[in-house]
Amino acid sequence: MSRSATATLTALGVGAAGELTTAPAQALPVRGELAGLLPWGGLRRGSTVSVRGSTSLLLALMAAATGEGCWAAVVGLPRCGALAAAELGVAVHRLALVPEPGRDQGEVEKTVAALLDGFDLVALATPVTAATSRKLSARARHRKAVLLPFAVPWPGSDVELTATSTRWTGLHTGHGLLTSRTVTVEATGRGAATRPRRTTLVLPGDNETPRPGLVSLPSTTPSPPGNSPLPVAGPSSSATPRAV
Amino acid sequence: MTVPHSAEEVNPLYTLAVWCPDWPVVAAAAEASLPPQLPAAVVGAGEVVTCSAVARAEGVRRGMRRRAAQGQCPELAVFEYDEVRDARLFEPVATAVEELAPGIEVVRPGLVVVAAKGPVGYFGSAESAAERLVDHIAVHTGVEAQVGFADGLFASTLAAHRGVVVPPGRTRDFLAPLGIHELDQPAERREDRAALVDLLRRLGLRTLGAFAAVPERDVATRFGRAAVLAHRLAAGLEERPRSRRQPPPELSVTRELDPPVDRVDAAAFAAKALAERLHAHLADRGLACTRLGIRATTENGEELHRVWRCAEPLTPQGIADRVRWQLDGWLTRGRLDRTGPTAAIHLLRLDPEEVVDATALQLGLWPGAGRDQGEAAERAARAMVHVQGLLGPDAVLTPVLGGGRGPVERVRLVPWGDERVPAADPDQPWPGQLPAPSPATVFAEPGPVALLDSSGADVVVTGYAELVVRPHRIVHGGRTRQVVAWSGPWPVDERWWDAENAMRGARLQVLGAAADGEEQAFLLIRAGGKWAVEGVYD
Repeated sequence: MSRSATATLTALGVGAAGELTTAPAQALPVRGELAGLLPWGGLRRGSTVSVRGSTSLLLALMAAATGEGCWAAVVGLPRCGALAAAELGVAVHRLALVPEPGRDQGEVEKTVAALLDGFDLVALATPVTAATSRKLSARARHRKAVLLPFAVPWPGSDVELTATSTRWTGLHTGHGLLTSRTVTVEATGRGAATRPRRTTLVLPGDNETPRPGLVSLPSTTPSPPGNSPLPVAGPSSSATPRAV
Repeated sequence: MTVPHSAEEVNPLYTLAVWCPDWPVVAAAAEASLPPQLPAAVVGAGEVVTCSAVARAEGVRRGMRRRAAQGQCPELAVFEYDEVRDARLFEPVATAVEELAPGIEVVRPGLVVVAAKGPVGYFGSAESAAERLVDHIAVHTGVEAQVGFADGLFASTLAAHRGVVVPPGRTRDFLAPLGIHELDQPAERREDRAALVDLLRRLGLRTLGAFAAVPERDVATRFGRAAVLAHRLAAGLEERPRSRRQPPPELSVTRELDPPVDRVDAAAFAAKALAERLHAHLADRGLACTRLGIRATTENGEELHRVWRCAEPLTPQGIADRVRWQLDGWLTRGRLDRTGPTAAIHLLRLDPEEVVDATALQLGLWPGAGRDQGEAAERAARAMVHVQGLLGPDAVLTPVLGGGRGPVERVRLVPWGDERVPAADPDQPWPGQLPAPSPATVFAEPGPVALLDSSGADVVVTGYAELVVRPHRIVHGGRTRQVVAWSGPWPVDERWWDAENAMRGARLQVLGAAADGEEQAFLLIRAGGKWAVEGVYD
């Protein structure tokens, strides 16, 4: 069987033998700075990676994989900004949002389990019980999906990424525009990820291809803002301006 | 007569069948958590419909009265026949088959067929495909299944009953020695077939081969059309000769609901009947539907319409499910917030907006690298449909980026399966559009916020879109932050021609810093003399 066919079968979740092999499981790509934070150089299939502190960090984490054909679902985050996701490099045509994943724990669990069956990445922002979180992590492991609990306590996560501080550039007193920000991200975890790591990330960065290996801090220079200064709309009606 | 095929040229009718023996019993026992070593039987209308192998060994037979069966085997666990249960529990099995061989057709709970070309080519040989399928089903569902290969649905089903691989083109030889009773499969419940089998047996035609040897002309003249179909099956041919796809004149089906439907359960009933009609309609033409238009007209003349797209051809149940979900959605919404229909639905119409050959969505059609993506998309689609089944069609949304100025209006959230059309043309110029980056958290209904000057008063915007005073503090989500930077305001003057939806206001970017130095950037909008949060750059 050709290599690509084997990869396809793995993607399908076929073959219990695959779980027993010692070969490193396939990792989904992430942008360079984040790859350095993860012990596998990417999001290992079957792992649970908690994200805290920044929606943009969550979206940036999912970006590279969706660009390479993976599907991502964001559960329980009704205010997730799809436009920001697109700007951070997420292929939004492969992004599904499930804002209300159910009325009770049972429904939430069923919904997330169903999504883990078909999606490569599932972000979950709905709090669940410890028992449910264990079941869902196990499901992700079994289905070779990556579970990303966002801003919810998750006892069994392999790695926890926390955005600790943010510095904005571009905005001044009364003029300018938000252009980019520097986010400090800390990683803590179990096993290979026990040693805490830290990196800085410039968002929105250039959507570069992931590169292997640990990236030392500080990180890349801020990318130029993609847009010209804001054009201001002229008054489109002839009405006298009044206070708004 | 069939023509011998070379190994490379696989008959497009060559079919793989996956059969779960005694499915109604297996399903009933599984739901009741009954261990497989205990005898069990499913009873419908007082007669045994199916029994487990253990019960069979005890002398229980299909067609026995319930009392007689219990007399034979006093510890027999008896379950009532329940088609819904059969179908519900079969779904994981079908999914398991589908994971290895997309494009399956569930013939009935317990039997799945799929054109063999894809799996055979993919796994190298029919034997390895069969082995893979049986293992996969056992691992993922714990269900015992058998696989068979032959030309056509009928022969492949019989092959699955025996667990054999009939090489392409050898189907007639495989069928010839089998008994004539095979034409009447009890699970199909075809009264006419039973009568025909009885008649043929009395005429001395005891095997399929003997029946197939009778010239078709003679069968047609003596027994009629139904017997011609059975004769074709006995000869290893499909029921109907396959014709090339031709655009059929009218594929839509319509049904008048009398009395009009305003309850979900009644809607489900109507959906089922109509879905079956549509499917039969399409199947007669060798087609399957991959994009289904559902139209409903209410008594007040409201027209409701929605398109459902599916990665795989819809089965009648698939059509019925989607119609049911859709009607459910419309009716529930109508009751809840009155944005839905105001009256009961009296006319329902299904338009197959896109049809494919029933075999079109096979593994083989995604060559090379594209295949992975196609399968990823299909798996995701299946998961989304699954979630829609759990939570309703509007629970799974996919964003479509379009034109507009604010971060909210530039995104349209489309329920999965609907057409992905942007709300506004993204290629038009949108003066006043906010440049990137956009807020990662957006508020479709702007959230409350206070923007205060140094004296604690509201910061006012003039009609010329200017701030009167410097903003000093921003209070959001119970936290007060010092304003360290801001920009704007940019006027928002939209749809001034439309009195109802007109929006006049101003947008402002504000960067706040908490006492601990933590920075948070906000996108504020002022309309109607009040500030609101449209987005948080978190």
